[in-house]
Amino acid sequence: MRALAIETERLGRIYKPRRNDRHDAKPRVALSDVSLMVPRGELFGLLGPNGAGKTTLIKILTTLLAPSSGWAAVEGYDVHREPQFVRPCINMVSGGEASGYGLLTVRENLWMFSQFYGLSSAEANRRITELLAVVKMSDRVNTKSSQLSTGLRQKMNIARGFLTDPKVLFLDEPTLGLDVEASRDARQYIRRWVEEDSTRTVLLTTHYMVEADELCDRVAIINGGRVLACDTPSNLKRRLQREPIFHLDTSPLTAADVASIAALPGVRQATHHLAAAGSSVELILQEERVLGPVISQMESRGIALVNLSKREPTLEDVFFALVGRSMEEVEHG
Amino acid sequence: MADGTRGGRWTVGGGRSSGWRLFARTALARAYPRLIMNVREKWWMVFDILLPLVAVCAYVFVYRANNAPADLIGFVIIGGAMSAYWMNVLWAMGNQLFWEKETGNLALYIMAPGSMMAILLGMALGGMFTTTVRAASILAIGSLLFDVHFAVSSVPLLAAAFVLALVALYGMGMMFASMFLLLGREGWHLVNLAQEPVFLLSGTFFPIRSFNFWVAAGASIVPLTLALDAIRQLSFASGAASGFLDVRTEVAALAGLSVVFLVAARISLRQLERLAIAEGRLTESRA
Repeated sequence: MRALAIETERLGRIYKPRRNDRHDAKPRVALSDVSLMVPRGELFGLLGPNGAGKTTLIKILTTLLAPSSGWAAVEGYDVHREPQFVRPCINMVSGGEASGYGLLTVRENLWMFSQFYGLSSAEANRRITELLAVVKMSDRVNTKSSQLSTGLRQKMNIARGFLTDPKVLFLDEPTLGLDVEASRDARQYIRRWVEEDSTRTVLLTTHYMVEADELCDRVAIINGGRVLACDTPSNLKRRLQREPIFHLDTSPLTAADVASIAALPGVRQATHHLAAAGSSVELILQEERVLGPVISQMESRGIALVNLSKREPTLEDVFFALVGRSMEEVEHG
Repeated sequence: MADGTRGGRWTVGGGRSSGWRLFARTALARAYPRLIMNVREKWWMVFDILLPLVAVCAYVFVYRANNAPADLIGFVIIGGAMSAYWMNVLWAMGNQLFWEKETGNLALYIMAPGSMMAILLGMALGGMFTTTVRAASILAIGSLLFDVHFAVSSVPLLAAAFVLALVALYGMGMMFASMFLLLGREGWHLVNLAQEPVFLLSGTFFPIRSFNFWVAAGASIVPLTLALDAIRQLSFASGAASGFLDVRTEVAALAGLSVVFLVAARISLRQLERLAIAEGRLTESRA
């Protein structure tokens, strides 16, 4: 078995109300009984909606927050008792962070952070040049960071994370604020970086299903501070493969139409989306023969079926099956 | 490999400093933004030189209108110059970690292997340098404007008083910075609260001897008080006559305050960092 880069055992964190909080504020459980084992060389994903506990877990693993219960180690060192040994091994990039100083140029900001890790200036500058080429910012090396757009600033943050060549890199929603092309480039680089060296490990949090599916060797689905499932994306999806998923394009549907379909026996889930001309519905059925009653129901309600296709399950479907709601619904309460 | 590369790739942890070299690199890197600010942000000339000079002028004209001794004008200008350090200690040291937390820098500082004491020292060194440029400008312009005549009695003692004043003041600032880790926005109010009363109690624009002994002795906990008194005694012919304590005693007290505040900064940083990690106060978001 490969050595573990990250290990947690029944890890928990409760935020107690602060002095300035409302009088009726109650302790909030952000993380509960989280046990994970991430071997070296793995690109491990934490997938869950906002407020699921992903960032809390990363804060604990990066020595910024003490756990309320349980235990966690990075590279074999206890994150709470031995932070001085953990810190040289790690780095972190958070989505949407505004770190650094606006009056410094991109190179100066990156150089400053490299010094906190003890890199020589020559080595730091060499790496900065390389990394800025990777994130396609070579032409911005002497631009003040206050003059960067949100996306460019996030690219600079990504470069900062890789600059110190950590053993374990924590990426907390790293593609937040990036455009589609930049996100894809970032994902490709993250994958390549892990594969270059079997001792490198990445723990990535995201609420983008595609990102988790495309990038991660294994994914833990987290909600309400608990890990609900942990496996490879293909294994997670295979759990649902027995339940066929159909995509239907129809004439415009009312909420009552969707409710009547969802209420049919054997329909596990019916998700309605507005389409350009009409509606589309995603159906998860207990078995394929349930499709017949669904189509009959649509006919009886005067709904025209424009297109019907069967599709493979996604991590979104896995999340729905585990939680009973879509990630979007969880985020919006 | 010494340069941290192997076959064109980087090795984990390769070519990195540790120990005192890492401490020095961290301190200098954190000082850098403050040093470069002098060159890139020219507005400081207005806010940090002209505005303090306006306050100095007001006191000078009051003294002149009352036919005060000429050396008092010099006292005011030295007070105006040294007040720049107090402002810097309060706003750019004490309150700084709150802003660092808001931008996300604080989490990155704590998470890095470089020590937080080195970060604070870097902030202090950068602050000392930039403020010295401002203080020297106030002193030079004020002295020229009001024709101040200095009569330095001992350059070594004057240098000792000045250097120890800076060490004690910035040691106090480092201690404030770690304390304000826990205070968050409330720290801003405390900084505001500490600004004007200290100008009064430390005798920024008048000799501290004007107070009774016990008030002056109490005010001496702020290094600015003894620093101003010692520098004035050593810089003007009539300085010794209006001094609070013997200069050597004041220099020795400043040395003591330097040690006390630096040790207190180290202890409080360690304790409060631990507490902030336990309470989850190092990052603003509670997600």
